[in-house]
Amino acid sequence: MEFFLISLLNGVTYGLLLFMLSSGLTLIFSMMGVLNFAHASFYMLGAYFAYQISTYLGFGAALLVAPLVVGALGAVVERYGLRKAHRFGHVAELLFTFGLAFLVEEIVHLVWGKSSVDYKIPEYFDGTLFTLFSTSFPIYKGFMMLVSVGMLVALYLLLTRTRIGLIIQAALSKPDMVQALGHDVPKIFMLVFGGGTALAGLAGVIGGNAFITEPGMAAAVGSIVFVVVVVGGMGSLAGAFVASLLIGCIQTFSVGITFSVTDLAALFGVRLEDSSAVARLTVTQLAPVLPYLLMVAILIFRPRGLMGARES
Amino acid sequence: MIEPLFSRGRILLWLGGLAIAIVLPLVFSKGFAVSLLCQMGIMVVFALSYNMLLGQTGLLSFGHAVYYGLGAFVTMHALNMVGKGGFPITLLPLAGGAAGMAAGILLGYVTTKKAGTTFAMISLGIGEMVAACSLMFPGFFGGEGGVSGNRVTGKGLFGISYGSQTEMYYLIAGWAFVCVAAMFALTQTPLGRMANAVRDNPERAEFVGYDPQWVRYLMMVLSGFFAGIAGGLTALNYEIVTAETLNAHTSGVVLLMAFVGGIGFFYGPIIGAILITIMQIAIGGITKAWLFYFGLFFLFMVLYAPGGIASLLTVQRRLWVARLWWPLLPGYLLVLPAALVSLAGIVALVEMGYGLLEQEGTGEHAVHLVGLSIDAASGAAWAGAAALLAAGLLLVRWTWGRLEVKWNAALSALQNPGGAA
Amino acid sequence: MSGVALRLQGVQKSFGKSAIIRGVDLEVPVGERHAIIGPNGAGKSTLFNLISARFPVSTGRIELKGHDVTGLKPFEINRRGLSRSFQITNLFHNLSVFENLRCAVLWSLGYRYSFWHRLAGLRDVRRQAEQVMEELGLAKRRDTPAGILSYAEQRALEIGITIAGGADVILLDEPTAGMSNTETEDAVALIRRVTEGKTLMMVEHDMGVVFGLADRISVLVYGQIIATGTPAEIRANAEVQEAYLGTAHAGDDGDE
Repeated sequence: MEFFLISLLNGVTYGLLLFMLSSGLTLIFSMMGVLNFAHASFYMLGAYFAYQISTYLGFGAALLVAPLVVGALGAVVERYGLRKAHRFGHVAELLFTFGLAFLVEEIVHLVWGKSSVDYKIPEYFDGTLFTLFSTSFPIYKGFMMLVSVGMLVALYLLLTRTRIGLIIQAALSKPDMVQALGHDVPKIFMLVFGGGTALAGLAGVIGGNAFITEPGMAAAVGSIVFVVVVVGGMGSLAGAFVASLLIGCIQTFSVGITFSVTDLAALFGVRLEDSSAVARLTVTQLAPVLPYLLMVAILIFRPRGLMGARES
Repeated sequence: MIEPLFSRGRILLWLGGLAIAIVLPLVFSKGFAVSLLCQMGIMVVFALSYNMLLGQTGLLSFGHAVYYGLGAFVTMHALNMVGKGGFPITLLPLAGGAAGMAAGILLGYVTTKKAGTTFAMISLGIGEMVAACSLMFPGFFGGEGGVSGNRVTGKGLFGISYGSQTEMYYLIAGWAFVCVAAMFALTQTPLGRMANAVRDNPERAEFVGYDPQWVRYLMMVLSGFFAGIAGGLTALNYEIVTAETLNAHTSGVVLLMAFVGGIGFFYGPIIGAILITIMQIAIGGITKAWLFYFGLFFLFMVLYAPGGIASLLTVQRRLWVARLWWPLLPGYLLVLPAALVSLAGIVALVEMGYGLLEQEGTGEHAVHLVGLSIDAASGAAWAGAAALLAAGLLLVRWTWGRLEVKWNAALSALQNPGGAA
Repeated sequence: MSGVALRLQGVQKSFGKSAIIRGVDLEVPVGERHAIIGPNGAGKSTLFNLISARFPVSTGRIELKGHDVTGLKPFEINRRGLSRSFQITNLFHNLSVFENLRCAVLWSLGYRYSFWHRLAGLRDVRRQAEQVMEELGLAKRRDTPAGILSYAEQRALEIGITIAGGADVILLDEPTAGMSNTETEDAVALIRRVTEGKTLMMVEHDMGVVFGLADRISVLVYGQIIATGTPAEIRANAEVQEAYLGTAHAGDDGDE
């Protein structure tokens, strides 16, 4: 019970963080048809910028400034890079963002080195929010949840209650029509791209110190975010939300379960003597591949994803 | 009009390629050069197998290293099982090919259900999955240290033991030649042509009787086979296989090679594989920022030369044949130095920046660049480099602006030889 | 061969809540040239998409030459001898004219997914592709990529790809859309030539083409067929006059 509740809380925290990434990715994808391969690179930049800013100005300033800087960077990338690649079609766009991801990783290598940097949780967030049975839930995790949920509500309100949100929603399904109505669609694209990358940056600011800030973080998170988007259904925000939480929970739960096929067999009174490497693997060891296995299962049994409308 | 079985030009081209492959290690006989040639041969096969997907079928894969890597591991295990004698080492890469093909049959079934962007994402996911598996099964993948073996297993066929690197080179060159020929032949078959059709318009392919999913799947399986052979050759060449052969980095490098070379032409990836392999060694030996330059170069190609080097070369050749090339030469001669100036500016900035970061706290500020020693801490050096870059970019803009008019005119003259338009 | 080439029974199609095809029954005998006409938005193209399995039907049954083909994939239906063209040109744009036609004949000549035949050595494939190319009048554009052909040439190639595989039931979706008068005349002559002895079903807005070419005409209005008959019968039908001709003038040049 204790394990279950704590894992659930941790899973939801991680899932919300994933959603902060996948929502931006989904918005950009469904609007521009571009899969931003470098999305997780902006997440990484968010973490590194926050680290750099917090060493001078503290965490509060980093929380505000780093996402804005990342968002501005994203807008510049869209305006001066992606838009050029757009002329050559989707493959070129995808390749452009792929090259960008590569470049960002190298820049991080060059500037901050190949090992992790010491981006720490600020002292005032050290400590325990509450204790559940014997396991404590840190304040910072609560703070992460708060920021994620706040972002979620803000995003929802922005999309449903504001004029620009309505235009974005319209442009999601009918960009030509919106253009014909006199809206500057390229500018909206730039805004959405900037906004999406700012979200990724924010995720980096609060995720970088909760986990680890290192040059490999973009690749590690990036492929998981892609899995989230495929599982949720390409271009579906609701699907991305469900899939984010699902995968967040799967990953946290699986880490805590030291159970293998051999154990399962033992439970039923069967002793697997000399069982193979596969049967001896525990769920914990399987944890890194579980999201991908889920993706494969979804692709076989429900190719459109959990909530996808768009067949590509 | 009957298409000739083998045109004379084509036969000459293949024979010429073969002759060059045979002569190369005699010319570049130093150990280092021969290793480089070996690496090139392997990468040529790998990059061409990649282009069966991207260029010919329109499938952008981010996980092609899976087939290469599995081929390498299986070949290595086969080598260790063969032990002394028995199976000839010469044919061992076939084990890699079979492994790559098996992986294609299994994984391709999932990935090729989709095309386009979704395929790209799924291929990445599958690639990550296999890479993660490689750490889970140390028995097969050898954990951190990888799996190693010894290719010299007693007397080989005709007394060839592949003990020396040169003998190994000829093994690689032989396999590469056979594979390149086979992959080229594939482009001239019904399946090869329908792969192009599916790339261009999967829906219409369906309405002429073809199942696009099945076409993609078959191409994936065949591509896996050739990638596996390339992997097998790597295993024999280096006598060690680590998890890096099947991770995302390797997938990225092969994509880079195929794209930079030119995915629209059969020979494009060959150019890309050779060029990038040389660059890896040459630039990698000079500067630690070489991957950064790679990234820049790649982005530049995506934005300004999406057809790759092969496309640029083909246009030059057609201009030459149409006698339109000479008038462009003065323009080229102006743009080239301007581009070099910009490049010098970029390199200076990057190297100084990198030098400063690396020497942080040591009190050293000197950066050595092509015989020059620059004080990276001085503002003047930075201003100079920035000025160099700015001047270079302005020059490129100006000279290219002048060339562009002629260039466009030449291109339209190429497309309308009558000169009517 | 006699009998029914195409039979539709109670075919319905809805997108979400809106019903586009609301119960269509139709029989097209072998060898007939059958035209579907109707005002914009009547569902003519949708009907074609259902028959050729581009979209799945919501309910109903479709028979091709006496066999139930409901729910089959487009390529399976094509292999059973039904081929269609598209209203919006749908070619292999990077491939040359010749290659487009070669792709269109490969399956029907039994080469399937072969990677052991050399294309250049397949004389039957080349002969058939070249023959169609001659008929289209595109022989001198043999090596031109389809993407840079003129509009009329692309439309001709569109028909060429449709008929090249030798299908005996041909569906043409607005083959003369957007053409000038001379181009239309050429296209009609071409269609007449290449569909000789085959079953033809076409959607067409140009009434001159329809009444000149079709043996029988069906009138589709709001997802239902309100009349089927010879051109003379259709001309005389009061219901058609009212339902179709009354509204057709509003915009008989657009699509749906």
